[in-house]
Amino acid sequence: MGSFHLTKMSFKNLVKKPATKMYPVVAPTYTKMTKGHIACDIKTCILCGICEKRCPTYAITVNKPDETWTINRFACIQCYSCVRACPKTCLDMKPDYTKAATEMSTVTIKKPELTAEEKAAKEAAEKEKAERIAKAKAAKDAKDTKAT
Amino acid sequence: MGNKTVIPFGPQHPVLPEPLHLDLVIEDEKVLEAIPQIGFVHRGLEKLVSKKDYMQFVLVAERICGICAFGHSLGYSETIEALMKIEVPKRAEYLRVIWHELSRIHSHMLWLGLLADAFGYENLFMQCWRLREVVLDIFEETTGGRVILTACNVGGVEQDIENSELKGIVERLDKMIVEYKQLLKVFLKDRSVKSRLVGVGYISKEDAFKAACVGPFGRASGLEEDIRMFGFGAYGDLADFKLITSNDGDGYARSEVRALEIIQSVDIIKELVDKIPDGPYNQKIKGTPEAGSYAVSRLEQPRGECYYFAKGNGTKFLERFRIRTPTSQNVAGMVQTLQGCDLADVPLNVLTIDPCISCTER
Repeated sequence: MGSFHLTKMSFKNLVKKPATKMYPVVAPTYTKMTKGHIACDIKTCILCGICEKRCPTYAITVNKPDETWTINRFACIQCYSCVRACPKTCLDMKPDYTKAATEMSTVTIKKPELTAEEKAAKEAAEKEKAERIAKAKAAKDAKDTKAT
Repeated sequence: MGNKTVIPFGPQHPVLPEPLHLDLVIEDEKVLEAIPQIGFVHRGLEKLVSKKDYMQFVLVAERICGICAFGHSLGYSETIEALMKIEVPKRAEYLRVIWHELSRIHSHMLWLGLLADAFGYENLFMQCWRLREVVLDIFEETTGGRVILTACNVGGVEQDIENSELKGIVERLDKMIVEYKQLLKVFLKDRSVKSRLVGVGYISKEDAFKAACVGPFGRASGLEEDIRMFGFGAYGDLADFKLITSNDGDGYARSEVRALEIIQSVDIIKELVDKIPDGPYNQKIKGTPEAGSYAVSRLEQPRGECYYFAKGNGTKFLERFRIRTPTSQNVAGMVQTLQGCDLADVPLNVLTIDPCISCTER
């Protein structure tokens, strides 16, 4: 039995800093791990659509013909499913939260137009790939005719 | 003698964090009978197994309840692992128990705060919730979430915690527990707290057994039951596990059991951090649950024993998933504690069983 058990703690609290922050004057601090929002590095994205398939809340839409990647941030539950599934690791979880809004909206990111140099590099890579396939095919045909 | 009157209590009531309705049959100021009614927040989450595959359903299971979120994802994962005969890496088992015990600390702290608020001790309520922030910060640093952690998955855990970080967690918990022991003194020794809790909402051991009470509510009446003592998962590697029980069976005993369990949880975390083995913490899961196979699993949630059942049908969707939550067990005991109590004690009695209605209704 007794009383005044919290007196010591109360006196300590008088001289300590407040446990709360004056938000929004003082900005909130986030940890490295905080699940804030999903960011997409569209330059590396190959628009494969795996993130769209894995998303449990159908928040992501990938449009390959238009080359756009869309996310409905109001539906996203920050579960990391897309980040883990991405084969190019172009999706990332950023620690800061998105701002509150008065209307539901989506964020669409469009793949940027390629520069002349990038276009040339892409064409060269495609050409090289086609040559490699043709070469492999020719080698395979030669092997088959030899066997028969 | 007065006339019998029926007073509706809830679903909206200042003391209730969640919607529960009681029809209180009272005579003068005494409650003769309490008729409970639930069903205000039913979301049909068990049925969602037909829409979400067994890997995605972890996310749904976690959202059954905001307080025992990690526990439900753990219970679900353990059931699916039993269903598909998956062996979990040892490090993952340890990490799971560490997170589960941390969520027990945060749940009990929250409840102690609510209890303090219910009997009108605002300062104590704030101090409890201030200390709870330590655990929530640990959650945020290790998993990225404060309440919904998304840390547990079928086959292991999603994130690893480095050994140095685990030691840091233990140091922070040690600091927290020094402050917590001051609060413990208030809960266990303060005259005003005792006057509000001792002898309130008594239920005997026999009645608690008959009503199948579980968790701290049952243990406060002397029932020796705790799933942790069977040593499932990393609990089996503990050197010693002593049950915290009381024979008083009143509101004070319930707060005592929960208050002491916080210290026990910190001790469990410390022991597991010392013993945690290195190695993988996750694995890739292939295949689907076999048709006709079923599995059950039990887990000691902060509120008591939770029972999980899952049945496979050969596809990636489960045939059936069922949870029996601790509060659905404890409601019968709660009704007994209400019989014969004063009308003014009803809010406190309802609170002392730590009802979690969103778990119960799913």
